[in-house]
Amino acid sequence: MKYLTLSTLILCLSGPALADEFTEEDAARWMEQFELVASEGRRLWTSPEIGTNGVVCAQCHPNAANTHPETYPKFQKQLGRVAQLWEMINWCIRNPLEGKDLAADDPRMIAMQAYAYKERRGVELDPGKH
Amino acid sequence: MKNRRDFLKTTMSGVIAGMLPVSLVRLSYGKEGGPDFTFAYISDSHIQQIKGNQFVRNWDRGLIRAVAEANLLEPKPDFVVFGGDLAQLGSKPELDHGADMLSKLDYKTYMVMGEHDYYLDLGEYWSKLYGKHYYSWNHKGVHFITLNSILTYDDWTFNRWESDARRMNEMAGLDNPNGSPFMVGQKQMEWLKKDLDKVSKNTPIIVFSHSPLQKIYKGWNFWTEEADEIQALLKPFDKVNVIYGHVHQIQYNQIGNIAFTSVMSTAWPWPYPESYAQAESHLPILTVPMNRADPFNERDATGWQFMNMHTGRVDLEFNLYNNSNRTVAFNEAKGHPEDTSFTDPANRIPAQKHF
Repeated sequence: MKYLTLSTLILCLSGPALADEFTEEDAARWMEQFELVASEGRRLWTSPEIGTNGVVCAQCHPNAANTHPETYPKFQKQLGRVAQLWEMINWCIRNPLEGKDLAADDPRMIAMQAYAYKERRGVELDPGKH
Repeated sequence: MKNRRDFLKTTMSGVIAGMLPVSLVRLSYGKEGGPDFTFAYISDSHIQQIKGNQFVRNWDRGLIRAVAEANLLEPKPDFVVFGGDLAQLGSKPELDHGADMLSKLDYKTYMVMGEHDYYLDLGEYWSKLYGKHYYSWNHKGVHFITLNSILTYDDWTFNRWESDARRMNEMAGLDNPNGSPFMVGQKQMEWLKKDLDKVSKNTPIIVFSHSPLQKIYKGWNFWTEEADEIQALLKPFDKVNVIYGHVHQIQYNQIGNIAFTSVMSTAWPWPYPESYAQAESHLPILTVPMNRADPFNERDATGWQFMNMHTGRVDLEFNLYNNSNRTVAFNEAKGHPEDTSFTDPANRIPAQKHF
């Protein structure tokens, strides 16, 4: 038993970095990944490919303004329940854009949310706010 | 302040007119003399082609409704002004379809150029339909001036883009960092100066422009580059009123002798610039904002303004779909327009908070 524990310890020390250790370079690389996704989100935000009628998100939401990502989840009176931002994005896709819902984990949905959150950076979280 | 019901022929037309996405302007000179008259204002319809003869239904409905309801006004307005952005991407099919809908108006219509009408062919087809890009006229003692305020730097217009369609697309994105600030340009500034030289200083002036002739937020072109110079040209006149579109929201302001009022879009509302957290903007502090739009109601936050001009000053009544009416009247004592219900912060409602 003692031998096993010791060998596990040795394996860890000699293997890859511990799970809670990362470098500035790692953080920069991860931010770069975020920026890539957010910039794809900006592209989709201004692209007719999300809907069917040529209308784009940015027509009503320049710089993703008036989307208030910091207030979700929140009660939407029109739905009668607490909803998430992606559900409201789908509402807009279905109605003004006359398109089809995206799944919550569709990379396009994740990208558009990344963009909306990025444009809202620095604003305090305030879930539920109206 | 005239009651808007004065203008309504029947109870039924009253109900419909109460939902009009047009602006009705009544000019009244009272003791200063001059006949009363009214005109209607429709703006920012953004007619958008999908393909062939298919157009975005939502935006079509906004304009069709405005035109149909403007035709019910009684007494009949002397004319209608369309405040620019008839089309979304300035194409012949969009301008033709928009013009076809506008042609149903029973009244003479004065047109203002918007950037969405202009940047595909630099207003060439629009001119075939509507003539000059800027002009003035006199009507019952008032001097009207229509400016084309959506021009920009020649380098951007003529040298930057590989195609006309690309240029139009770049200018069509309100928040596009590749866009360029609006301006009237040197030639038009000289024309404006000459035009104003012929007008007596006590003649009320109404200026129509697509963009605000004041600097609110450059990032979305709630802005005109020569705003300060234009205001200086208008300064010698006793009473000047500037009415502008482009912003798709309620704004009003007073700078010296100049009262500014925006009009609503028939297509969709825009956020107030302060709701973009990453940039500084300057919404006039006088403005009590319109309510935040209900996204589940496609015509919400498009509406109409009843405007009543007393002795050269404008009172407005904003009628907003599914929202309380708003009245913004000129307060003679304070020398600026103010909201008659909501100016006191204690009376404001949560939906007027934009963030």
